[in-house]
Amino acid sequence: MAEVKDSQPLEIQKKEYQKMVQEIQPKPTLGRNVFWAFVVGGLISVLGQLFLNFFQARGLALPEAGAATSTVLVFLAALLTGLGVYDEIAKFAGAGSIVPITGFANSMVAPAMEYRGEGLVLGVGARLFTVAGPVLVFGIVTAWIVAILYYFFR
Amino acid sequence: MNNMIFLKAFIVGGLLCVIAQLLMDLTSHKVTPAHVLVGFVTGGVILSALGLYQPLVNWAGAGATVPLSGFGHLLAQGAIGGVKEKGVLGAFSGGVAATAAGITAAVVFGYLAALAFRPKG
Repeated sequence: MAEVKDSQPLEIQKKEYQKMVQEIQPKPTLGRNVFWAFVVGGLISVLGQLFLNFFQARGLALPEAGAATSTVLVFLAALLTGLGVYDEIAKFAGAGSIVPITGFANSMVAPAMEYRGEGLVLGVGARLFTVAGPVLVFGIVTAWIVAILYYFFR
Repeated sequence: MNNMIFLKAFIVGGLLCVIAQLLMDLTSHKVTPAHVLVGFVTGGVILSALGLYQPLVNWAGAGATVPLSGFGHLLAQGAIGGVKEKGVLGAFSGGVAATAAGITAAVVFGYLAALAFRPKG
C-alpha cells in the first residue's frame, strides 16, 4: 500500500483522484442527448399520429380525434409513470420525454405520487400542479392576451 | 403517399424535442423540465397567434400537436375562436374549452395513478 504517491500531500492526491474520476466517468455527451431526444420525441409523435389516424378512421372529426389522442397519450403516460417505466425512459430521452404531452402527464403524476404521504389534499392534490400549474398559468394568460388583442385589433 | 405523415410527424416531433434539449444543455441558466414545458406552451400560443403554427400542424400532424406547443396552439385558437363567437366573454371561455379534454384527462388519470402506485425505491 505504501507507494511513493501516497506520500504526496492530500490535496494533490484529491486532485489527481478527481481527474481520474472525470476521465473514467462516461459523459452524457451533447450529441447523445440530442440524438435520443430526437428519436424518443419523434416516436411519441408517431404514436400520437397512429391514434389520430385510428380515431379519424372510426369517424371522429379532426378536433375530436385530436382530443381523444391526447386523452389516450395522457392515460398511457400516467400508467407508465406509476409503473416507474416513464422515468427509466426519461433518463436517456431527456427533452424527448419532457416536451410531448406525455411529459406533461408525467410531470403531474411523479410529484403527486412522491408526496402522497402529505395527504390527499396538500400531498396529491397540490403536487399534481407543481409543473402543470405554471404551464396552465402561462398558457392561459398568454392565450387570453392574444384573444383580447384579436378582439380590439382584428 | 399516405404514410409520409408518419415520417413528417417523427421529424417535427423529434426536432421540437431537440430544440428543448439544446436549451437545457447549452444555456448557463438551470433550465428545468418546468421551464421547458412553460416555454413550449407559451411559444405555441404566440406562434399560433401569428399564424405560424397551423401550417406546421397541417404539414406534420401529430408531430406538431403532441408536443406541448400544440397545447398552446389549441389554447390560442380556442380563445380566438371564442372571441369570434361570443366577443370578449369568449376570450375567457374559448381557450380552456378547446383544451378541456386534455386537462381533464391529465387531472383524472394523474390523480388515479398517484393513488394506485407507490414510487420506486
